Amino acid sequence: MTAVAQRVPRGDRFGAGDLLAEAAAGIGARPGRLMLTILGTVLGIASVVVTVGLAQTAAGQINKQFDAVAATQGAAEAATSSLGGDELALGTLPWDAPERAERLNGVEAAGLVSEIEAEGLEVTTVPVHDPSASRTASTPVMATSAGALAALDGRVVQGRYFDAGHDQRGDRVVVLGADAADRLGVVRVDRQPSIFIGERAYQVIGVVDDVVRRTDLLSAVILPNGTARADLGLTVPQELHLHLQVGAGPLVGSQLPTALSPDAPEKVKVGVPTGGSAVQRSVQADISAIFLALGGVALLIGGVGIANVTLLSVLERVGEIGLRRALGATRRQIAAQFMVESVVVGMLGGLVGAALGVAVVTAVSAASRWTPILDLRMVAVAALSGGLIGLLAGLYPSMKAASIEPISALRGGV
Amino acid sequence: MTVLDLLGADDATDVVPPVVELRGAARQFPGDPPVNALHPADLQVRAGEYLSVVGPSGSGKSTLLNLLGLLDRPSSGEYLVDGIPTAQAGERERAAVRAQHIGFVFQAFHLLPHRTVLENVLLATIYSGVPRTERRDRAAEALDRVGLTHRLDFRPTVLSGGERQRTAVARAVVSQPRVLLADEPTGNLDSESSAAVLELFDELHADGLTLLVITHEDDVSARAQRRVRITDGHLRELA
Repeated sequence: MTAVAQRVPRGDRFGAGDLLAEAAAGIGARPGRLMLTILGTVLGIASVVVTVGLAQTAAGQINKQFDAVAATQGAAEAATSSLGGDELALGTLPWDAPERAERLNGVEAAGLVSEIEAEGLEVTTVPVHDPSASRTASTPVMATSAGALAALDGRVVQGRYFDAGHDQRGDRVVVLGADAADRLGVVRVDRQPSIFIGERAYQVIGVVDDVVRRTDLLSAVILPNGTARADLGLTVPQELHLHLQVGAGPLVGSQLPTALSPDAPEKVKVGVPTGGSAVQRSVQADISAIFLALGGVALLIGGVGIANVTLLSVLERVGEIGLRRALGATRRQIAAQFMVESVVVGMLGGLVGAALGVAVVTAVSAASRWTPILDLRMVAVAALSGGLIGLLAGLYPSMKAASIEPISALRGGV
Repeated sequence: MTVLDLLGADDATDVVPPVVELRGAARQFPGDPPVNALHPADLQVRAGEYLSVVGPSGSGKSTLLNLLGLLDRPSSGEYLVDGIPTAQAGERERAAVRAQHIGFVFQAFHLLPHRTVLENVLLATIYSGVPRTERRDRAAEALDRVGLTHRLDFRPTVLSGGERQRTAVARAVVSQPRVLLADEPTGNLDSESSAAVLELFDELHADGLTLLVITHEDDVSARAQRRVRITDGHLRELA
């Protein structure tokens, strides 16, 4: 029988072109049904694209805000243990912690900040004890190193901040937080006003504001560390604040404990921002996991929908299948035709879904004034996976179509 | 009288194989008891013959048609098309023989409702391997032959029954088969349309086409030059 097969030139046998044309005609015969068939796939693919697109966009957005405020902030303090019910410091920070920290790559500024909690430490503008005066909330007293203002992103609004010289000599100078200055009635520092902490007079040399990283400084009287140690009995520094370069968090976090406490790095507790990419990844992972699951469910439903409609179409077209077999179609050609129909329907759904998803991501981004970020490769993959779904969905109906016997099909009559 | 007689080739029967030939072919359907739809039968149809198979419903006509059309295999015996044995042939080979040697006309027409008349006829050309460049011309030619040139771009749903069956005939002859198998071709037609279709068969026969018409109507079978009666699965040649 090879003689028969050889009589037909290869290019004129039922080929890919004929297959596509027949499949396209089969799909195009019922445009209304096509819309319903692809709906599930469209929704599934669209939700996947929207999910991933919005996750990428949001991560990009979060990263941007994160960089601006938090990514450059770090802090270190002595580790504590709650053994025996009391918080016990396991170690202490050295007084030269800022110098040690600033030697590290990625640290732009470092400064120590300590609260001074001594009994009867009253801050006044005149050293007069007035028993008739109403008690007011006492003004907190804090001590910092000279570089603390830079580490905390603060701003001097009047006069100056004290320097390392004041610190080393223990000069009796103070800087006021903006709120404290208001409360104490210090309006201008160029007249060299003084305030009293307890019995001692301190010259006010400046007023600071905008200390967003440590807002309690705004209502405090701030002394140099050296002065606080000499006059107020400050024994150990409490907290080291750091201003970091963007993205330096993980590096500084790994090096700072050793720099501050070479013999026992575990006694220093460091808080630094995680890297931007780590944040982005975790945000993406959180959002994606939920919505990808939803998208997956929608895709499954879409696939089942295609399978259903293709099977229905096979059953409706039993007569057509019988006729094609009678006209000389092999089982394989029949199966291929329904398979291609299913794949094309799936790909149509994938394309429409991907386009819809991109539109939604763009619209949401525009409404939220975000920059839409979308990996274009993912859009292509989404459209192709529609075809894959069609392929899987078409398997059973195609086998069913191929198994139809032409006799019974033609006897049915259409 | 056959085409071969006309050609004066009396001894050609020994050289040229019959177009279709049943050699002791039988079809039994499994069951309890098994149904002998066709008892072992011998039948030869030579090129250019116009044969009718007549019989009441349930006599085994459809079983015979399915065997002759390669839509079913005999349980025993052999069936040859153009001398090619097909009973044990593979699915692809049988499909190829169907596509290139046999044209079908059904009682129910079996036209695709969403395709035009021309596209319905073209459908037969894609499976039978008509060269791509010739397909459209051949289909248009076949439709011209059945007198439907003015209906090329119509859908079958708007055609009359007679026009639909003529479309089906065009589809059956477009790939130039060796034999045209017609199963109750006038079963769904009024008498006027029936007459037109039978007239068409006469013309095709006159052009040399081998026709095999299966029917239960005596006036349809009377048009054939040679008649076979089938009763309870037994074939009997009528004088």
